[in-house]
Amino acid sequence: MAHAHFNTMEGRGFGFYILLAILGGFILAGGLAALYMEHNGHWVTGMSNQIVWGTPHVFAVFLIVAASGALNVASIASVFGRQLYKPLARLSGLLAIALLTGGLIVLVLDLGRPDRLIEAMTYYNFKSIFAWNIFLYIGFFAVVAVYLWMMMERRMNDYTKPAGIFAFLWRLTLTTGTGSIFGFLVARDAYDTAVIAPMFIIMSFAYGLAIFMIVLLAAMRWTERELGNVVFERLRSLLGVFVAAVLYFVTIYHLTNLYITQRHGIEGFILLHGGVYTKMFWIGQIFLGSVVPLIILFSRLGKSRAMVVLASLLIVLGGLAQMYVTIIGGQAYPMPLVTGKEASSSFFDGVVASYVPSLPEAILGIGGIALALAMVVVALKILPFLPNSLSDADADPHFKATPAKSETAAA
Amino acid sequence: MSLSRREFIGIGSAAVAGMALSPGLRLVDLAQARSPDEAVTSLKRWGLLVDINKCNDCNACVTACHEENGVVGHDRPATDAQWIRKVTLKDKQTGYVQTLPVMCQHCEEPPCVDVCPTGASFKRADGIVLVDKHICIGCRYCMMACPYKARSFVHEDTTDQKPHAPRGKGTVESCTLCVHRVDAGKVPACVEACNKDGNKAMVFGDLKDRNSDISKHLASGSSTQLRPDLNLNTGVRYRGI
Ligand code: SF4
Ligand code: SF4
Repeated sequence: MAHAHFNTMEGRGFGFYILLAILGGFILAGGLAALYMEHNGHWVTGMSNQIVWGTPHVFAVFLIVAASGALNVASIASVFGRQLYKPLARLSGLLAIALLTGGLIVLVLDLGRPDRLIEAMTYYNFKSIFAWNIFLYIGFFAVVAVYLWMMMERRMNDYTKPAGIFAFLWRLTLTTGTGSIFGFLVARDAYDTAVIAPMFIIMSFAYGLAIFMIVLLAAMRWTERELGNVVFERLRSLLGVFVAAVLYFVTIYHLTNLYITQRHGIEGFILLHGGVYTKMFWIGQIFLGSVVPLIILFSRLGKSRAMVVLASLLIVLGGLAQMYVTIIGGQAYPMPLVTGKEASSSFFDGVVASYVPSLPEAILGIGGIALALAMVVVALKILPFLPNSLSDADADPHFKATPAKSETAAA
Repeated sequence: MSLSRREFIGIGSAAVAGMALSPGLRLVDLAQARSPDEAVTSLKRWGLLVDINKCNDCNACVTACHEENGVVGHDRPATDAQWIRKVTLKDKQTGYVQTLPVMCQHCEEPPCVDVCPTGASFKRADGIVLVDKHICIGCRYCMMACPYKARSFVHEDTTDQKPHAPRGKGTVESCTLCVHRVDAGKVPACVEACNKDGNKAMVFGDLKDRNSDISKHLASGSSTQLRPDLNLNTGVRYRGI
């Protein structure tokens, strides 16, 4: 078995500071946007009493879902024992922690009273999925941190597998919890279905791996480390499989809803005549976020790394579009009050609620992404997360005519 | 209205629990009016019946509620709070038009309480659903969960607050069934206004007391809940939908 070597990013790295400064700028802007919204109250955002979760939730839920998916690469290495993925496991764990932090910060800063976070930590209603999620999120940090420690501390290496299995189970629960935030809303036609939780899990695989790909390719390139075709090809086809699986689940979700007559309204809204939501669904989520990446990943185009980065970026955009359709589209569609009757009122009963994202909301969301990336950049600089090389020979001992195992196990 | 099995079991078990918990309590005590300092008890369940055959184009309940509780807007309909609103229903087949007031339905199984992470949303023993403004973190999950759009998020600074109904920017609020009045032995402001200036379409009272006005009304004619399919057993009932 090949022993991977890890190293921090070396050198004076002018580019490093430029990158950090850019990300810092976005983080600062996000913080200011949150302050502005908090000071004035949420009326300065696009949110209302009709659309109570807006753009920040789109970013936050996306990041949280992607976080658990980013851990997948590590799981494949430790839980399913695939050696090839082992050198990637540390980065995978790091990314998971960073993305979750970014998502949670956005979520918290969008609360009506973020200053009362302590209440959320001290008063618990154990019937609430949200309260469960607070535990799951905090636990995730701890579990992944321990897992990383097992991986990075040689004396602890033996415990990597059990720690990895535990982290894997935890992340499955976490994404189920995130999906259930919606799945348990009986009042709203778009959400109340059991398919949501597994669908969120499979989405997390795709979004997490897409972000992993972007970060890995960028980090290896900017630190001038070799990334061979063996690893690259493996990740590429894995990403393709995940995207295809998402498409399958999305189809099942809509077919299930179409089967239930009561849900025809919301389905017609999302799929046919929902204006911006219909466009986001077909153009954003399905075409740009799924079909185009699938074509790239499974065709000769996928040989080009630039194209695969493009595909990954599109998957991220498609993921944001998907969250937008699910979260905001699901709220925009009116709830029925009395069957068979049209309702109307000064409180927007019976009409599609309008929502236009405001600049501060979008900036807050982007700030969350920037925070996650900045965490990764800093961590790579100070701790050995990134393998020195992922060249074909290093990645796969069987790459060439297999020599004796001990020969490749570089000391 | 006939008692559903669940209601019957609910009333029965509450009564048993009440007797078990307070051995000195005699059932006749319950029939007597409660004083303001009497503890909130699950031997009562406050409810409201709206006869929408009587309700028409008037807005007296809405005005009275918002006046009573200091719910003042900023002329921004999308973000201004509404504790109670008049909804117009039009039959899709026949075109028949009715109006009805909709406020928090004070569900027996309130989804808002189930989802609230901090427990800020809670149901009192007597069935009134409230928000503890000191614990609410403004996550708005309860608004996602309420099937009746009964809740409002306070989107900006508030003025003219009433001492009995504190309103805080960044928290969620909804109809309290005028808990401060009910605890003082009065009826909610909307009910009072409806009976004074409106069309006498509302009856308020204790659903668990068979001799209350509301129980008699409910027992003597048909009534329904909004979204009965959700099985929330609401405290607010409608007649004539
Ligand atoms: S009507 Fe809405 S706010 Fe009132 S108790 Fe029911 S779920 Fe809660
Ligand atoms: S907004 Fe307040 S009352 Fe509503 S669920 Fe959140 S913490 Fe509870």
